[in-house]
Amino acid sequence: MTMQQLYLLIPLAPLAGAVAVGLFGPKLGRGLSHWLCILGVAVATVGSIVVWRDVMAGARFNGDVYTWLQSGSLKLAIGFLIDPLTATMMVVVTFVSLMVHVYTIGYMAEDPGYTRFFSYISLFTFSMLMLVMSNNFVQLFFGWEAVGLVSYLLIGFWYTRPTAIYANLKAFLVNRVGDFGFLLGIGLILAWFGTLDYAQVFARAGEFEGAKLNLWGAAEWSLLTVTCICLFVGAMGKSAQVPLHVWLPDSMEGPTPISALIHAATMVTAGIFMVARMSPLFELSDTALSFVTVIGATTALFMAFLGIVQNDIKRVVAYSTLSQLGYMTVALGVSAYSAAIFHLMTHAFFKALLFLCAGSVIIALHHEQDLRKMGGLRRYMPVTWITALVGSLALAGVPPFAGFFSKDAIIEAVHASRIPGHGYAYFAVLAGVFITAFYSFRLLFLAFHGKARFDPAGQAHSHDEHAADRHDAGHEAGDEPDAHGHHGGPPRESPWVVTLPLVLLAIPSVFTGWTYIEPMLFGDYFGGAIVVRPEHAVLWEMKNEWRGVAAFVQHGVLSLPFWLALAGIAAAWYCYLVNPALPARIKSAIGPVYTLLDNKYYFDRFNDTVFAGGARRLGGFLSRVGDATVIDGFFVNGSARLVGWAAAMLRHLQSGYVYHYAFAMIVGFFAMLTWWVGR
Amino acid sequence: MPYLSLAIWIPIAAGLAVLVYGRDRDAGLARWIALVGALAGLLVTLPLWVHFNPHTSDMQFVESAEWIPRFDVRYLLGVDGISMLFVLLNSFVTLLVVWAGWEVIEDRVAQYMAAFLIMSGLINGSFVALDGVLFYVFFEALLIPMYLIIGVWGGPNRVYAAIKFFLYTLVGSLLMLVALIYLYRVSESFSILDWYLVPLSLKTQLLLFVAFFLAFAVKVPMWPVHTWLPDAHVEAPTGGSVVLAAITLKIGAYGFVRFILPILPDASRYLSGFIVTLSLVAVVYIGFVALVQGDMKKLIAYSSISHMGFVTLGFFLFSQLGAEGALVQMISHGFVSAAMFLCVGVMYDRVHSRQIADYGGVANTMPRFAAFMVLFAMANAGLPATSGFVGEFLVILAAVKVNFWLGFLAATTLILGAAYTLWMVKRVIFGAVANAQVRELADLNRREFWLLAVLAALVIGMGVYPKPFVDVMHTSVADLLAHVAKSKL
Repeated sequence: MTMQQLYLLIPLAPLAGAVAVGLFGPKLGRGLSHWLCILGVAVATVGSIVVWRDVMAGARFNGDVYTWLQSGSLKLAIGFLIDPLTATMMVVVTFVSLMVHVYTIGYMAEDPGYTRFFSYISLFTFSMLMLVMSNNFVQLFFGWEAVGLVSYLLIGFWYTRPTAIYANLKAFLVNRVGDFGFLLGIGLILAWFGTLDYAQVFARAGEFEGAKLNLWGAAEWSLLTVTCICLFVGAMGKSAQVPLHVWLPDSMEGPTPISALIHAATMVTAGIFMVARMSPLFELSDTALSFVTVIGATTALFMAFLGIVQNDIKRVVAYSTLSQLGYMTVALGVSAYSAAIFHLMTHAFFKALLFLCAGSVIIALHHEQDLRKMGGLRRYMPVTWITALVGSLALAGVPPFAGFFSKDAIIEAVHASRIPGHGYAYFAVLAGVFITAFYSFRLLFLAFHGKARFDPAGQAHSHDEHAADRHDAGHEAGDEPDAHGHHGGPPRESPWVVTLPLVLLAIPSVFTGWTYIEPMLFGDYFGGAIVVRPEHAVLWEMKNEWRGVAAFVQHGVLSLPFWLALAGIAAAWYCYLVNPALPARIKSAIGPVYTLLDNKYYFDRFNDTVFAGGARRLGGFLSRVGDATVIDGFFVNGSARLVGWAAAMLRHLQSGYVYHYAFAMIVGFFAMLTWWVGR
Repeated sequence: MPYLSLAIWIPIAAGLAVLVYGRDRDAGLARWIALVGALAGLLVTLPLWVHFNPHTSDMQFVESAEWIPRFDVRYLLGVDGISMLFVLLNSFVTLLVVWAGWEVIEDRVAQYMAAFLIMSGLINGSFVALDGVLFYVFFEALLIPMYLIIGVWGGPNRVYAAIKFFLYTLVGSLLMLVALIYLYRVSESFSILDWYLVPLSLKTQLLLFVAFFLAFAVKVPMWPVHTWLPDAHVEAPTGGSVVLAAITLKIGAYGFVRFILPILPDASRYLSGFIVTLSLVAVVYIGFVALVQGDMKKLIAYSSISHMGFVTLGFFLFSQLGAEGALVQMISHGFVSAAMFLCVGVMYDRVHSRQIADYGGVANTMPRFAAFMVLFAMANAGLPATSGFVGEFLVILAAVKVNFWLGFLAATTLILGAAYTLWMVKRVIFGAVANAQVRELADLNRREFWLLAVLAALVIGMGVYPKPFVDVMHTSVADLLAHVAKSKL
């Protein structure tokens, strides 16, 4: 098989699994269905690793598969661009996807939508691969929206739950707001560059550095600034940056495996990937980079705060994801694209791990997600506990775990940057370190340490509580049969199909940091895939101080972020294990701040009232007044009435009485006579 | 072979045969004659695709015969890359409609089938007529079967809707007759192609523009002459809605490319801002109106108006990308709107309500139907890899090229289209079972399944590989744009 055929096979194998299981899943049965899907993704994973090794050895590919559409001289094609950036993403996506596929066998074991679920996650893998492998903007947009579709289907997987179908509609619409900007960016590229092929666009980017766009009045904008900001709006939707972040916490309504795969490891990083891919364009606009930095920093810090006040185990991890996406975005903004991709990679492993650990806890406790009803689980679930500890240490940024290297690199890069907004960003990412460590270990301590707050002898909670719990509304209605039964007993460690992926994800969460920091950040790992201008080359400056991994760790241990992380862990330890009464006292002491955090800065309420409510009110007004009253009422029915009225008037003239007609004749005769005489 | 004549007269002959041989007591015969007629009607159009030469903008499959020699009115037929696809689309949709009404229509089956078949022939006639009078005859005559379909097999308020539909479109097209006669006077020919070459002053062009515009804008329909469409859809039976949305609206848009743009190029360019504005109003304003509809058919009707806004927008951007996007949008909308109305029909046949509020949780009892509905809803919301994406994408790209803010307003459909379509899906398809009627629903039967499956295949096929559809248009669209660019003053 040639490499080209392999490139084609990699996305098509999961697609074949998805289509076969999607159409015939119930006939194939559960076993065959999940093996078909796993086979497809396994083929893609092995293929991706082969491609990655090939690319590392220097191979590159840029070619079209088929012409999608031709209009005039414009050719839009489906094609692949294989370079280190693509290959890295392919490996991350397929590996995490494979882990999640295996895990799903255990997690969804008795769900009636078992085969449908497998079909969806394989379809997702296909879409995500099309997105990262694309060599042009059309296919990028296709993958972009296709992953959005699968996300929509999976958030609403338990479609009887009102919260789930609210969340999936919200996710789709907020993403569409991002896509709206993204499409305009693509439109500007086509309008000016005359092509949507990456290589041609990037090659000509320099020509348009001085190009101006007249948007409003006489004010001129740099074409590339407007284009890059439009494209970045797309990234803000997909990668959940403030203010388009609102959909991600709600997306936790979906089953946990997809929270790990889609809403932590892969899909939400599509925006990060896209901006890194577009580095030749973003590099030409300091304004756009500055915008990216500020948005990313805001997300990194302010979403981290929200992680502290959540009690739902999945939502804590979700806010943590938002915050970490903010870190990646900041890295993009300061032109440390490779640091962003490096963090994307490590984050994919440890965050998928944390979500899958959360899922393991959730099934052990019979679908209990409230941290306040957990505790002491380390005795019951040692594998889950250890792997969650690894994930938390990586997330908090403790050496030698992967997150330490990638996060520290970002912080250093922000420190070295001179892009407007870097001061604010530096403060945000530093403060974020403390908060990240605090909420990650809050979660770990509340779930696995301390006293057990569930009933160890029986069910985690009664049916009455169940009904009161918003997140389980559909559950109680009997629409989602409890996969793990209410058969009581103490929590047990999950089966091997669940723990094996945990272990396999824990391994890269440990070692990918120190092994890849040097080649990815300071070496020639990405080749020409990422372009950085000399005046933005923060990583280049860091490279001058690079003395190897050991020195980096040594330096890291002596600098502020590490101590902030330790302080965060210590604070969590004190608040949740030593002095558990403290958090409540703090909560009441900072009342208004807590209310603000508890309401997530009121973004949801604002959007519901102003945008959703406003659109409905405007629609109602236009429908009632515009269509019904003015057009139909006045013009259409009005003309009908006018015709009726005129006919009624004219009818009076034809009364049938001879003397009426004779009178009219006489009047007419005199009128004519008058006119003739007066002439 | 006179394929075009066959495409017109086979359905009409089949329709007449159904009328003659169909009996109310024995509806089976009427159905089978109708099915065979519709199938034959589709088969004779396939050679148009196979033997079509995409490298010329000349009319192909031309047929010419004298009709009224005194005024040089001819029976003149022909297709180019623009009209050919619509003949196929129409013949295909006719087959769908006959099949869709198979068991559903129990009342006056023969007349029902006959009305659709005859209408199909008349519609093909309007797409292929190259003589002004012949076009006018077909264009007006097709109002009669549609009027009957709404008025006889429609809902409770059918008489109001039918009369509104009839008067709206009739009044709109009265001035067109005057325009046609005027053009005959200056060119001494009723051949549409001759009119492309006749010089006209700007003032004349503007007056003619008004006359043609009223006729076609009502049919499209463009804002603000759109209010007949929601009423007509709501009252029409499923088949009527399908043909109305999938085909009759396209005749209005087709009129713009066959008459207005090439015959009145200067007026078209002079008034392009006006048309573009109306189109964008249709996209944005109607998008909001669609959001608040409680009746599914009304919602889809408004969605149609919004989608047709892209068609008129694309034509009046005067670029290859925009015009081809508009034509692709017309064909795609034919598939997607047909599918959406069929989906509503499937539910209506079971529950006898079109109100969103009467549904909820349909996915629980009709999972296969739900999968189709979500697919078509996504196509309606313009998701890539469905046909709904292609046209909108091209038109938005073309609009950004002309002016960023045009593209900006057009692209709002990404949000609005998704909002009104998926909000409806959420309330109808998802959720817990809402009431006893939903609990009793039976999933798709074999006929319904294959009906929707065929459309699904087309929607996805055209989204994944739109090239063949666009390739046949190239030369004709380039020729059209050349006509628009050349002043007649």
